[in-house]
Amino acid sequence: MSAEEKFDAIVIGAGPAGLACAYALAREGKEVVLLERGSSAGEKNYTGGRMYSHALDALEPGLCEEAAAQGALERRVTHEQIMCLSENSGMTIDYTDGGLLHRAGSDPAVEVPQSWTVLHSKFNAWFASKAEEAGVALAPGVRVDSLIEEGDKIVGVRAGEDELYADVVVAADGVNSFIAASAGLAPAVNAHSVGVGIKEVIELPESVIEDRFQIDKDGGAARVVLGCTAGIPGGGAIYTNRNTISLACVFNPAHAAEQKRRLPDIFQEFKMHPAIYPLIKGGTTVEYGGHLVMENGWRNVMRTPYRDGLLVAGEAAGYVINTGVIIRGIDLAILSGTAAAQAILTGAQGKALGQEYVRRLELCKLNDAMRAAQNWPDFMASPRLFSAYPDMGVDMLRQLFTVDDGAASLKKRLIGSVKRSGAGIMDMVRDAWRAYKAL
Amino acid sequence: MIKKTDTTELLGLNKFQVDEEEAHIVLDKAACAKCTKKPCLVVCPAGLYTEKNGEIVFDYAGCLECGTCRLVCEYGGITKWEYPRGTFGIAFRLG
Ligand SMILES: Cc1cc2nc3c(=O)[nH]c(=O)nc-3n(C[C@H](O)[C@H](O)[C@H](O)COP(=O)(O)OP(=O)(O)OC[C@H]3O[C@@H](n4cnc5c(N)ncnc54)[C@H](O)[C@@H]3O)c2cc1C
Ligand code: SF4
Ligand code: SF4
Repeated sequence: MSAEEKFDAIVIGAGPAGLACAYALAREGKEVVLLERGSSAGEKNYTGGRMYSHALDALEPGLCEEAAAQGALERRVTHEQIMCLSENSGMTIDYTDGGLLHRAGSDPAVEVPQSWTVLHSKFNAWFASKAEEAGVALAPGVRVDSLIEEGDKIVGVRAGEDELYADVVVAADGVNSFIAASAGLAPAVNAHSVGVGIKEVIELPESVIEDRFQIDKDGGAARVVLGCTAGIPGGGAIYTNRNTISLACVFNPAHAAEQKRRLPDIFQEFKMHPAIYPLIKGGTTVEYGGHLVMENGWRNVMRTPYRDGLLVAGEAAGYVINTGVIIRGIDLAILSGTAAAQAILTGAQGKALGQEYVRRLELCKLNDAMRAAQNWPDFMASPRLFSAYPDMGVDMLRQLFTVDDGAASLKKRLIGSVKRSGAGIMDMVRDAWRAYKAL
Repeated sequence: MIKKTDTTELLGLNKFQVDEEEAHIVLDKAACAKCTKKPCLVVCPAGLYTEKNGEIVFDYAGCLECGTCRLVCEYGGITKWEYPRGTFGIAFRLG
């Protein structure tokens, strides 16, 4: 292949990481080809349902608003909710605050929602059209099979019979990252370090969604659910989209493998739970899917996300935070993709480019965010979090609301709730300590 | 209507472009026969692994490409797990 046919950069994977990277490069006049195995951008991308807006605006101010105006985002999150389920009962905490519409650090005079609910395929398709407008050569339907190495350096990619060359290759190929693994950059993915998510998207009229979640026309709710995984480490989530509801559950595969119930069956039970069903009643399921997500936070992050000629970005490099109430992968993917582009734009080469990339990851505070959340996986590993505590919480409310012969004091009854949950006092102290350390 | 729905019906709602020529996941039935725990039966979101007369039955059409079976496979029964060739497989409309 002649030098003329060499690209400035090849980006593998048109998810948020790859798109942000390709976009930021093309905008500066770089010749970028973006290879995506799906037959169009968005088809392979999967998420639970919300995007924190800051990263898109860091890539380009106003981009998030543009996405919203063009229908690529669903609803502004105005209500944060936490739900606990036990077998037949449930409780929900609803938090609403005008501050959710004013992202930290944004101009208080204008509304800048902190987060939006999102359907990933729709959003990504929009993002890809923006990237193409900026000059990215998007090549869908191309699965990269391997990297081309010359000596120690990665110089291009192979897809079937085709070979493509570039100064730098960016692997933004998502959670299973076979590309990073093939370059000898140890992938963090194993049955313990990830969660497997299952989701149904259910269509309902907009007004019905607004009534059921008590949100207004422009508002939206994001709800995390504890106690819906049959005791397997994991949790659920519900997001209100424009005219659909995303109902999702994430399970730890290693723990799931140790029990006998099929995950899709546990998910269906969650869907039909007496506290969930009324939210989706009368709706029509329009899509069903599953996907892995990194669950180990900073511990999953590649410390050396590069080799000579190769940078790894997004979830492929391990960038996801899950604190139980906050899941962030899309915004972190955009931040790391942007950092990769900025590093490339400095003109650094070889190992220096990799080091520049890591410097940029620090500079945009991405690694700080990861480190700040680094002890959450310990807290989240407590098995009590997924059944004993939700059961206890719900049972306590039951005691609070029960009118009976009045023989037992409320204190006795609440102590009864604790006892029934099976969580020992020492366990609770230990979990509280882990929670404190995680903060 | 919202009801308990089995995976076959749910997968029917999705758009797939099945690669009829090349399976992206291949099992070694002899290895599976030795596997006592068979975790693939429970973890697959698409419920594509089933058991008939003690033997694993699997069809890659309907695969959501999550990769969970690959991670829990105990006995080396999954001899090939790749993403489908370009353009093939699940095509999420919503994601
Ligand atoms: C159930 C679930 C719930 C989640 N909830 C949230 C949430 O609410 N908020 C949030 O911010 N994050 C959430 N996440 C995480 C978030 O969705 C991901 O972290 C994010 O999408 C990762 O972006 P990415 O660009 O790194 O990878 P991806 O979006 O996975 O994109 C990778 C792309 O690479 C392509 N590709 C892979 N291999 C090849 C190849 N060999 N050749 C060509 N193309 C290839 C794929 O087709 C894909 O398009 C959730 C994830 C799951 C699974
Ligand atoms: S990759 Fe996922 S959906 Fe496909 S067979 Fe394996 S577990 Fe099932
Ligand atoms: S876990 Fe692997 S080896 Fe065991 S039955 Fe399933 S596919 Fe076969």
